[in-house]
Amino acid sequence: MTADTRSIPRSGAGAGAAAARGGFGPLLHSEWTKFRTVRGWVIGMVVAAILTVFVGLFAAGNANSSCQNSPNGPVLSGKACLPYIPHGPGGEVVSDSFNFAHQPLTGNGTITVRVLSFTGAHANITNGHGAEVGSSLVPGLAAWSKVGIIIKQSLHQGSAYAAMMVTGGHGVRMQYDYTGDTAGLPGKVSAANPRWLRLTRSGDTITGYDSTDGTHWTRVGTVTLTGLPATVQAGLFATSPAYTVTNSSFGGNSNNGGPSQATGVFGDLTVSGTAAGAKWADVAVGGGGPVGTGPGGSSAGSGPAGFTEAGGTYTLTGSGDIAPVTPGPDSGFPTATIEQSLAGAFIGLIAIVVVAAMFFTAEYRRGLIRTTLAATPRRGAVLAAKAIVAGGVAFVTGLVAGTVAVAVGVHLENSNGQVVLPVPALTEIRVVVGTAAVLAIAAVFAVALGAVLRRSAAAVTIAIVTVVLPFLLVALNAFPPGVGDWLLRLTPAAGLAIEQSIPNYPQVASTINPAVGYYPTPPFAGFAVLCAWAAAALVLAVCVLRRRDA
Amino acid sequence: MSATVQAHRPDQVSRAAPQVNALHAEWTKLRTTSGPGWLLLGTVALTIGVSVAAVGATHCPAGMQCAVDPTKLSLTGIQFGQAVVALLAVLTICNEYSTGMIRVTFTAMPRRDVVFAAKAIVVVGLVLVAGALAVLGSVVAGHLILPGHGFTAARGFHAVSLAYGPTLRAAVGSVLYLGLIALLSLGLAAMIRDSAVSIGAVLAVLYLFPIILAFATSTTWQRRLERWTPTVAGLTIQATTGVRGLAISPWGGLGVLALWAGVALLAGGIVLRLRDA
Repeated sequence: MTADTRSIPRSGAGAGAAAARGGFGPLLHSEWTKFRTVRGWVIGMVVAAILTVFVGLFAAGNANSSCQNSPNGPVLSGKACLPYIPHGPGGEVVSDSFNFAHQPLTGNGTITVRVLSFTGAHANITNGHGAEVGSSLVPGLAAWSKVGIIIKQSLHQGSAYAAMMVTGGHGVRMQYDYTGDTAGLPGKVSAANPRWLRLTRSGDTITGYDSTDGTHWTRVGTVTLTGLPATVQAGLFATSPAYTVTNSSFGGNSNNGGPSQATGVFGDLTVSGTAAGAKWADVAVGGGGPVGTGPGGSSAGSGPAGFTEAGGTYTLTGSGDIAPVTPGPDSGFPTATIEQSLAGAFIGLIAIVVVAAMFFTAEYRRGLIRTTLAATPRRGAVLAAKAIVAGGVAFVTGLVAGTVAVAVGVHLENSNGQVVLPVPALTEIRVVVGTAAVLAIAAVFAVALGAVLRRSAAAVTIAIVTVVLPFLLVALNAFPPGVGDWLLRLTPAAGLAIEQSIPNYPQVASTINPAVGYYPTPPFAGFAVLCAWAAAALVLAVCVLRRRDA
Repeated sequence: MSATVQAHRPDQVSRAAPQVNALHAEWTKLRTTSGPGWLLLGTVALTIGVSVAAVGATHCPAGMQCAVDPTKLSLTGIQFGQAVVALLAVLTICNEYSTGMIRVTFTAMPRRDVVFAAKAIVVVGLVLVAGALAVLGSVVAGHLILPGHGFTAARGFHAVSLAYGPTLRAAVGSVLYLGLIALLSLGLAAMIRDSAVSIGAVLAVLYLFPIILAFATSTTWQRRLERWTPTVAGLTIQATTGVRGLAISPWGGLGVLALWAGVALLAGGIVLRLRDA
């Protein structure tokens, strides 16, 4: 009895009066109560979380790699198939295979060279077919074939380095520690267009220069390689990444690739700081000799093995790459990313969008909207409260589901023999929290659409078609690359770019495909596009709500 | 005069078979509300619009090898059009529940399977007509635009024309595909009844498997998904090049979608019969 009598004045003096006075807190509380007490909506959020986790775990765990090291040997699977995976100084997984004509350099010094010619050859790939086995290489350079000079901490794969190089399609570059890349002189090397390269070591600092004549030098960049030992290896290098032709066959793409090699001819090679008359030794780091030579590499001056020296002219041929490993099929071993485990978020998003749209439209169906607006005449505030509640619930749901999916998914990927490309902790947080934020903003978008359209089915369809479908069509190559990129820049689907954990390294050729973790926009720019769409929908909803009779 | 005519009318209608009456009633419902008309128009416009955009943005520069299936490219818009078709089908069922009209419908026509069948026939009929217009527009766009973008017969690309057998199969198949999507949506909507949840479930069924396919790295799973999921298998009907390399034959793929639609329709019909309206 006492409880009953007490509860009536309390609600009158509390929530009701405060709402009438314009307090936003009680309004938020009443919207939260509406959400919490509709069982179907709570179930919808649980379903969203379950779908997110399970679809994510499927995406992370369905790979089944197997291999056979010798024709009659045992069939291995999972981790046993993985080759040695080098890691760079920054902790990232890297490719580090190249042919290296080197000599030790102790203390400070300079290496200078003139690139006389730069040619290459790659596997013969015809339309729709892979490299023909046993077929000879055809002349041609990959865009990121590269030859030049390098100063490297040691001969171990993954050790620190700085290099000046000419490339197949991107001019002169200075690259260092796998991820660093600075442009120098543009254009290709030819007799009419000669290139001189220089690297100078001073303590931990290495400076790269380029020149067209050997007298006028331009500084390309200066890098600091912390902890560089007193004696490093300096010399010529040549490498060339796998030559790939992507057939986007609209509904599934296939990458046809084969090896390629690059050959540089060098002259006027001078090294200051080494013992006079030191011999050049050749080693194929990471099996980076010419195509067709074994992983043991080559020895100096033995024909096709990759390095010759005659009368001050040096010819060096190599294959492989010195670059970060990026997701996708080109790396030679199965790679995985942390965001792969978040694939389920797309399906969770569908459930969240349904609940969020109904959160507003249900008011119209039951006529509750008139009660709601009578209690809180400020319609914009009602919309804001609903958006905050729906967005907040979606965020928490996404955060819980995403954390579980990534934690378990990465474990699955590791255990079935994929190499999960490591990323800094901050990036991992951005990916997981960002995915939750995408779900939250999508929920806000759906609430606003529901307020504008008053019909839940139409609101749900628009939200799903604009957020999920563009991603899906681009991921499945339903569009040619140009159109697909613009879809992912302009539609609300752009927000998913926040899931990208491995940057789009300019020095690695890769196609934009969100399924392997590439988006055309930077992470937060894409997220801003989604937010802009949600904001526009909210503004429209406020205008419509104010003008229209409830 | 007019009074006598009106007095005769119900008499005439009731003399017809109940199936015909149900069809007529469902046709009237769809014809006299503005929503379905707009959605059908939207299907046509969105499908053709997206197809034209896809075709218009695709070029095959001289000297490059383009692994493009011109017919499939011309029919890209179906991916979007199917969402509108699903919405139309879902609303046909769910609007009756949300307005309470379903009780009137079942009072007038107690045989629920007949009502459901009549709804399915009317919706699918309209979808097929709209789908035919949409597909025709898309094919014409491909036919007119693609040769100018480097997709010429001289370079080994077939013309996007209904006179070419595989293109005809893809075109007819795409129209049927839309019809089957409508049936699948009707079945699910009859089970779920709420419009928002229904359209969410339908779109999840349409898009879930392609998303999983996009992330599937195991070839075993890729093949399973390409063979047995409604949208992925169903859309193989659009393939005109490399048909031998497909996981399932074009008509087989459409058959898989038909199987899904049939099961959904059957389940929807049973639930409709057993449950209180």
